[in-house]
Amino acid sequence: MTFIRAYWIAFSTILVKEVRRFMRIWQQTLLPPAITMTLYFIIFGNLIGSRIGEMSGLSYMAFIMPGLIMMSVINNAYANVSSSFFSNKFQRSVEELLVAPVPNSVILAGFVFGGVARGILTGLIVTVVAVFFTDIQVHNFWVLISIVLLSSILFSLGGFINALYANKFDDVSIIPTFVLTPLSYLGGVFFSTDLLPEGWRLVSEFNPILYMVNGFRFGMLGVSDVNLITCYAILVSVILVLTAYSMWLLKRGKGIRS
Amino acid sequence: MSSLNDYQGPALSITGLKKVYENGYVALKGIDLEVAQGDFFALLGPNGAGKSTTLGIVSGLVNKTQGQVKLFGLDIEGDWYAAKRLLGVVPQEFNFNQFEKVQDIVVTQAGYYGMPKKQAQAECDKYLKALDLWDKRDVPSRMLSGGMKRRLMIARALVHNPKLLILDEPTAGVDIELRHSMWEYLVKLNKQFGTTVILTTHYLEEAESLCHNIAIINHGEIIKNTSKRALLEELRKQTFVVELAKAYPQRPDLLGLCVNWQDDRCFEVDVEKGTAINDLFSVFNKQDICVSGIRPKSNRLETLFVDAVRK
Repeated sequence: MTFIRAYWIAFSTILVKEVRRFMRIWQQTLLPPAITMTLYFIIFGNLIGSRIGEMSGLSYMAFIMPGLIMMSVINNAYANVSSSFFSNKFQRSVEELLVAPVPNSVILAGFVFGGVARGILTGLIVTVVAVFFTDIQVHNFWVLISIVLLSSILFSLGGFINALYANKFDDVSIIPTFVLTPLSYLGGVFFSTDLLPEGWRLVSEFNPILYMVNGFRFGMLGVSDVNLITCYAILVSVILVLTAYSMWLLKRGKGIRS
Repeated sequence: MSSLNDYQGPALSITGLKKVYENGYVALKGIDLEVAQGDFFALLGPNGAGKSTTLGIVSGLVNKTQGQVKLFGLDIEGDWYAAKRLLGVVPQEFNFNQFEKVQDIVVTQAGYYGMPKKQAQAECDKYLKALDLWDKRDVPSRMLSGGMKRRLMIARALVHNPKLLILDEPTAGVDIELRHSMWEYLVKLNKQFGTTVILTTHYLEEAESLCHNIAIINHGEIIKNTSKRALLEELRKQTFVVELAKAYPQRPDLLGLCVNWQDDRCFEVDVEKGTAINDLFSVFNKQDICVSGIRPKSNRLETLFVDAVRK
């Protein structure tokens, strides 16, 4: 058996296990984003949005829809990896992987693509919910797909690093609560950065979620507050940095080997 | 799958293995250890002696500070892929996902070893049947009893057919009947399939009845490493507990025997190595002592073990 075939089987085993996990507990993983986003669409889109009027030349409902989908994708990609890998650490079932001939790169890829799978599935569910509130457009399919994929990879990597450092379940929720949620709300989901004063607009340019939301909005609606090339460059650069950092942590055995 | 003859060198070879934890605690002080292919080997030691650290390093769960570990001549760092394929590990603590079904746990582990699904399922079925878990294959693992969980970990460790099986206190908390059935299975693995078995245990009768060779580790150092026969020959005396058929309020003189009366119907007697039990009975007969039962006071290995770790 070649190494590549063995590694592929190990990768697909981790991925299938991860997908099976979040499907088994769909009430905790897939249902909540659908309910939350339905409320967002009703409250912000319908009730408040009708009084706001247009944003970037679009109805407010149409404007926030890509951002809400992206918010679901990144939150769920992050949460899947951080909670699943930490749970593996907590139950010590991560040792099943550590005693087996599975290279660190395969472990990382397996968990990250598990997060990507949940992120994309959640994004699809929220898109289906959105159909009931507004028309779905696709301006550029490839931009749409590539931005979702890159964003979910990036946040899955973030979740993985969080899980490696976490010593207790509280540590897994700190980053989503104090970093991810504020960045999401300030990342142009609900407003165009054109509305911000010059100083705050500059500050917002350091928020990576701004680029994801606007890249995705371009893929759906053809409008964006940021340059698409910049968006890809930032996403790819951050992914490379987080991948290298994750691999370094795994090599050191951070949080998993004494 | 390669045969055992394809691999050169001892099943396990440890040279100068040292482990210093981040807090400065020295768990291993540069130990050397060798376990031959096909051996049934016991690594004994009190709690905190370094047993689990040693096995943790061998199985890749603990980073070593210094030294070299080889499995069947393959370095666990340089040839890590080939070396890990030869190793199966049954840890001390339950370390599987409690929410997964029994067969999912075993098949998933086979997948980590690169085994295709169909083959993995066949191997899983084989070991679940062999370890009496077949009826529980679709049960979430948290629903299993303690003994079943232990057997599940053995099935998981064997699913890729390793040549070396490491068991860290495999029978801890397991009832006597189940413990004996696990012993039988391990002996069968060792004798029929040539699987090298290394175990740590606190049940010294387990080591005495199963193992050919024994090492004792204490304070991060190997203090004994020899065959069970040679180790037991080190015993100079053995204590027997003698139960009497009737009470002897006037305790008779037992002519030079070192006797410690427990009560009127029971005493302990120390016997020098080489003394025939018949000689003991000759003395009892002379004093008209009617014996209803006799048994060793403790397991022989236990006596040696206690002596060794107290030195």
